[in-house]
Amino acid sequence: MATETEVIRGIGHSVRRVEDDRFIRGAGNYIDDIHLPKMLYMAILRSPYAHATLNGIDASAAEALPGVVAVVTGELMAQHNLAWMPTLSNDTQAVLVTDKVRFQGQEVAAVIAEDPYIAKDALELIQVDYEPLEPIVTPQRALEPDAPVIRTDKEDQTGNHIYHWETGDKGATDKAFAEADKVVTLDTFYPRCHPAPLETCGCVADVNPATGQANIYMTSQAPHAVRTVFALVAGLPEEKIRIISPDLGGGFGNKVPVYPGYVIATAASLLIGRPVKWIEERTENLISTGFARDFHMHGELALKADGTMLGLRASLLADEGAFHADAQPSKFKVGLFHIVSGSYDLPAVHVAADGAYTNKAPGGVAYRCSFRVTEASYLIERLVQNAAYELDMDPADLRLKNFIQKEQFPYASATGFVYDSGDYEGAMKLAQEQIGYAELRAEQKAARAEGKLYGIGLASFTEVVGAGPHKDYDILGLKMNDGAELRIHPTGKAILKISVQTQGQGHETTFAQIVAEEIGIQPEDVKVMHGDTDNTPYGLGTYASRSTPVSGAATAMVTRRVREKARKLAAHLLEVSEEDIEFEAGNFSVKGAPDKVKTIQEVAFAAYTDFPDGMEAGLEANYYYDPPNLTFPFGTYAVSVEVDPDTGVWKVRRMVAVDDCGVRINPMIVEGQIHGGLTEGYGIAAMQLITFDESGNCIGSNFMDYLIPTAWETPKFELGETVTPSPHHPIGAKGVGESPTVGSPAAYVNAVIDALQPLGITNIDMPLTSAKVWAAIEAAKAATA
Amino acid sequence: MQIKVNINGTERTADIEDRLLLVHLIREVFELTGTHIGCDTSNCGACTVLIDGSPAKSCTVFGVQADGREVTTVEGLMDGAALNPVQAAFKEEHGLQCGYCTPGMMLVGAALIEENPEPSDDDVRWAISGNICRCTGYMNIVKAIQTAAREKAAAAAAPAAEAANA
Repeated sequence: MATETEVIRGIGHSVRRVEDDRFIRGAGNYIDDIHLPKMLYMAILRSPYAHATLNGIDASAAEALPGVVAVVTGELMAQHNLAWMPTLSNDTQAVLVTDKVRFQGQEVAAVIAEDPYIAKDALELIQVDYEPLEPIVTPQRALEPDAPVIRTDKEDQTGNHIYHWETGDKGATDKAFAEADKVVTLDTFYPRCHPAPLETCGCVADVNPATGQANIYMTSQAPHAVRTVFALVAGLPEEKIRIISPDLGGGFGNKVPVYPGYVIATAASLLIGRPVKWIEERTENLISTGFARDFHMHGELALKADGTMLGLRASLLADEGAFHADAQPSKFKVGLFHIVSGSYDLPAVHVAADGAYTNKAPGGVAYRCSFRVTEASYLIERLVQNAAYELDMDPADLRLKNFIQKEQFPYASATGFVYDSGDYEGAMKLAQEQIGYAELRAEQKAARAEGKLYGIGLASFTEVVGAGPHKDYDILGLKMNDGAELRIHPTGKAILKISVQTQGQGHETTFAQIVAEEIGIQPEDVKVMHGDTDNTPYGLGTYASRSTPVSGAATAMVTRRVREKARKLAAHLLEVSEEDIEFEAGNFSVKGAPDKVKTIQEVAFAAYTDFPDGMEAGLEANYYYDPPNLTFPFGTYAVSVEVDPDTGVWKVRRMVAVDDCGVRINPMIVEGQIHGGLTEGYGIAAMQLITFDESGNCIGSNFMDYLIPTAWETPKFELGETVTPSPHHPIGAKGVGESPTVGSPAAYVNAVIDALQPLGITNIDMPLTSAKVWAAIEAAKAATA
Repeated sequence: MQIKVNINGTERTADIEDRLLLVHLIREVFELTGTHIGCDTSNCGACTVLIDGSPAKSCTVFGVQADGREVTTVEGLMDGAALNPVQAAFKEEHGLQCGYCTPGMMLVGAALIEENPEPSDDDVRWAISGNICRCTGYMNIVKAIQTAAREKAAAAAAPAAEAANA
């Protein structure tokens, strides 16, 4: 054994991931890998129509098929008061249709069978009598006075309008616009896309009819919140519900909501008394579960002639689908969109938003972002670039002129956020340096002279993550605070139990590193447990980049709490007073006598074997963290592209991403998160599109039509970092998983638009397919011919 | 239909329905759950296995088509207790996050470096272009496969060098 002190691999170390050991062996435990004795299989019949009255269902032939155990319909669910369930936006959503279908792919009936193939055979034997109604596929049509009402189930709903929401100071903003030399406007549609984790959603519901114990294995990013929702919906006693979220094959927001399939499978297991497994097909995942965006945005930026920004207006129309099911804090109807002033010192901002029902799938989730921050970031970063063109300024210079300055933090924004820390100029300068901005502009000028379309796009995003402080943040009334429990065993090894759920972020490694940093136990000696509501503290789960800001903070704080008891024990062992004990890297020593020392392992052993009179045995604690503020990660992304004028094909030549997420717990994992987010941002900018034809048929219902970037198209990324710690977070970390998806779409689009700017093209809505870019080039040529 | 498949070096027989997909044969009958299902349409590659050494998407192959063939899944990558160089490199280079695409990616990588011991960045990207990863952005997967190629070559060279020195 080496005797010299081993470096504690805490914060800042690129520790290799503990979870990889099972994944590289094919020994993960994903939802479809769970197999219980006597398990049945469920398949769901979905509506081919977007809007149709349900006249009746004849399931007799399906029920007669050998191997079929039951066919569940809305009528049966209604008998148990389970035909409807609450959504995360406090609306209601049909579990199985009883009156009319409201989107293509909606759940109409479910077959429970002994074999998954038989379950699917039986779906074809179910006869459904539909009477088609006019499908509404745009929110504009939905809000016309003669549009048919989609939510006829809601007594107070006379049209398709859901909410109107405003924030900011309208008077001050109007005044700013009145005083402006220049007003730049942009109308843009952030289209519907889908997170499409590689593993679809599913569950195995196992309700014991004798005891009423319901063990539900489920692809959930938020198992605790789901348990409470299940208790409320089904009237089941909460102590008898155990939600187990096993290894998740990605989530990206898609695995936050409660879907009808989970409820039907649970009801079926309860009624039949056997476990029921339901695993979505890819098409079911794309056409029926949590989508993202579908947001029509109008933005206006008021500036002085010298480029000083004076005010910003945004008016928004959200297409919510058939049920208002956005996953977001109750207080804010369009999430945290009001971060729209972004990185700029904008004194006056006003946001007005409306939401409408349409005959499209519900479940507006924050796809790898913190509640519509992506939309906000896209709007401001696109507006700023267009403003630079109109003022004949360089887009980088216009940004630099208007950035919130380092010394202005904490910065109170016009819409009520208090930005914790930032150095926007620092990130911009580094990005410019890394990509060689000045040289690229010179090269662009030369290329243009040769008729080549080179473009350089920037985006200087500011995110707002880590919801949130209990005063303002809740989902369905549940405050967004998360717990952590830490127990040190007699041999000095530990178990940390957390409320948040990894979907690939590596919590089992990084959270162990936080413990290591705070108490000096090596990360491989800390087992991190999550995803089982019976065995972890309460909390609202992993989304909106809240794991590190909230649960990571809880982990640091609970470890400090344990350390305080350890200090008392060390004082006892070393026979000095507590005040005389110093702690560093796992060693408790006597001030001024550093050779008098006890390691955390020795202290832990004493907690069970040699503790003083009057002290409780054991070395453990719990902590619920209520964040004092949100955190505000930021960065600048710089992209250079070349567009082929003859085909509209565009290629990323270089992509530099400078991120500042505060303190980095595990740099390797942070960089991996950024690579992934930049790729999803590229997918959204270039190809990922869920759209609908006029009949409400979903286009983009499989991976042949819903395009996901492969290794061949995906750009290569060059990363840069600055570190501006969060002043209020115990370890100074801010969260990073979503920054690249939030910031990068605008950077890619700005680059393409920058290439096309000489043709007079100032906007193309995403995704920027080559066909769309080509059409824009042709239209521009025709206009000038 | 009665079939005989050599799966990961072991002869297995099964009596299966003609329509049973190979991926379900592997997962449900042979109970090897490292092979995943991601899309049902052979676009994503999560279900990739090797059939007679070549990558194939087992969601669009019938089980009966594997009759008399050698099938390698992620569970067959190990050499006893030792990791395949591809497995070790995926961990070392952080080539995985959620782990769902990983078995398919590693099998494609292993097949590639059998044929091409020094794959370029583009060689790897082209080889894995039938496999979707939603988490990593591919850069570290490419790196992992190249690292594995180097490690494999080094391991093959080491005994030869020892023999030469003996």
